[in-house]
Amino acid sequence: MAERPKILLLDDEQNVLEIYPELLARLPSKPEVRTADSGARALAMLESEPFSLLLCDLNMPHMDGLQVLAIVRRKFPQLRTAMLTAITDEQFRARAYGMGLDLYLEKPTTGPGIKSFLDCVESLLDQCAKGGFRGMQSKGLVDIIQMECLCRSSSVIKISNGAQEARVWFQDGEIIDAAAPDLAGEAAFQRILAWKTGNFEILPPEPARKRAIFGSYESLLLGAAQVLDEAGGTGAGTGGNEPGAGAATPAKSPFRHPGVEFGLAVGKDRKAPIKAWGVEDPPVLAEWARATLERFRALGEELHVGPITHVQGCGLRHHIMISPRGEDTVCAGFRSTLSADQVRATMTRILTQWDS
Amino acid sequence: MRLPSGCFTVDGSCKVVASTLPHTFSPETVRKLAHAAVSTFQAAREAQVVLTEIQIQYPALKVTARELRGGAMIFLAPQTVG
Repeated sequence: MAERPKILLLDDEQNVLEIYPELLARLPSKPEVRTADSGARALAMLESEPFSLLLCDLNMPHMDGLQVLAIVRRKFPQLRTAMLTAITDEQFRARAYGMGLDLYLEKPTTGPGIKSFLDCVESLLDQCAKGGFRGMQSKGLVDIIQMECLCRSSSVIKISNGAQEARVWFQDGEIIDAAAPDLAGEAAFQRILAWKTGNFEILPPEPARKRAIFGSYESLLLGAAQVLDEAGGTGAGTGGNEPGAGAATPAKSPFRHPGVEFGLAVGKDRKAPIKAWGVEDPPVLAEWARATLERFRALGEELHVGPITHVQGCGLRHHIMISPRGEDTVCAGFRSTLSADQVRATMTRILTQWDS
Repeated sequence: MRLPSGCFTVDGSCKVVASTLPHTFSPETVRKLAHAAVSTFQAAREAQVVLTEIQIQYPALKVTARELRGGAMIFLAPQTVG
């Protein structure tokens, strides 16, 4: 008799852990379903017994689905993985698939949706039973860099483009340096990203490498993409272009601090220019930051609790802080690994630099 | 108006479902706090900034709101000098 497949369902919501095993019991393969309510618990269970499939939520406290996926893909490469989430953000989907996820599933809310969900899971279990290999399809350099960063790798990627060779250094998932012919640091990184084709090798890390790049990988990739757009995507390299509102700015930007991923400042007037750094859509973020500060400023006046000091937000991908500065609204986005105190301290440094 | 310390939970339509605040605390103020928090979470999602918690700091009050499936759990903590 064929062994029943075993599914590990990971979600921090209790009702999901109660409802989905009942749903999964309807599958033709009659899988055994075990549950875990935290990434740490799930990893412990995976260490102690074999599973066919990990069905994992994306938005969880402490260790989110992407972090669990990064660890699982390294430690249990044979395990099939599927993300089960209510988040429909295409960026998360792309990142998860870039990390080797087998299936990104949205939590079903309708009858047909449930049937589709069960069909997908059964198909995945069927693949487990048949075995075989799976590997990376052709990936762009951006995907490879994102994977190294999301997996918090320490490594060196050697990239060759014809006769040209370049390197990018990673330390604990952060890009710390880059070197290309006649270039170093961020300039080298932008030159490398302009290459359309090439080969790469992942080499052992160099812990002694001195850090020359301080921005987050997201802001570096965004800045490089914007420079390429402005250069017409010719891959002609960097330099000579006026940066747009969202492009990476030179070192004197007050937002250039470790852990800061993006920032912007906007005046009270909607028509005032937006000063942005590393922001994908400055007008949208500026409007949200301005409206949020104004909303709570008005509330504070009604409650007679004094002028608003700041609004601090915690998110899955970033932490955000919005502070008033005279007539301006200053908004900064921070790496989600920073603590609340670190965010506040860094924002204080940003505002101090802003004033000067 | 004395600011109480406590918390309350609202659903997506800002209706209070549970509260530890004293009955003497203005329901209208509770509604405004709830609306501000829920609106902020909703607007953040629309701006592609998904937040699970926000803290609003004033000299005399700290408001912490945790997103709760469209609604929010809101904590009030009056601040003292020193």
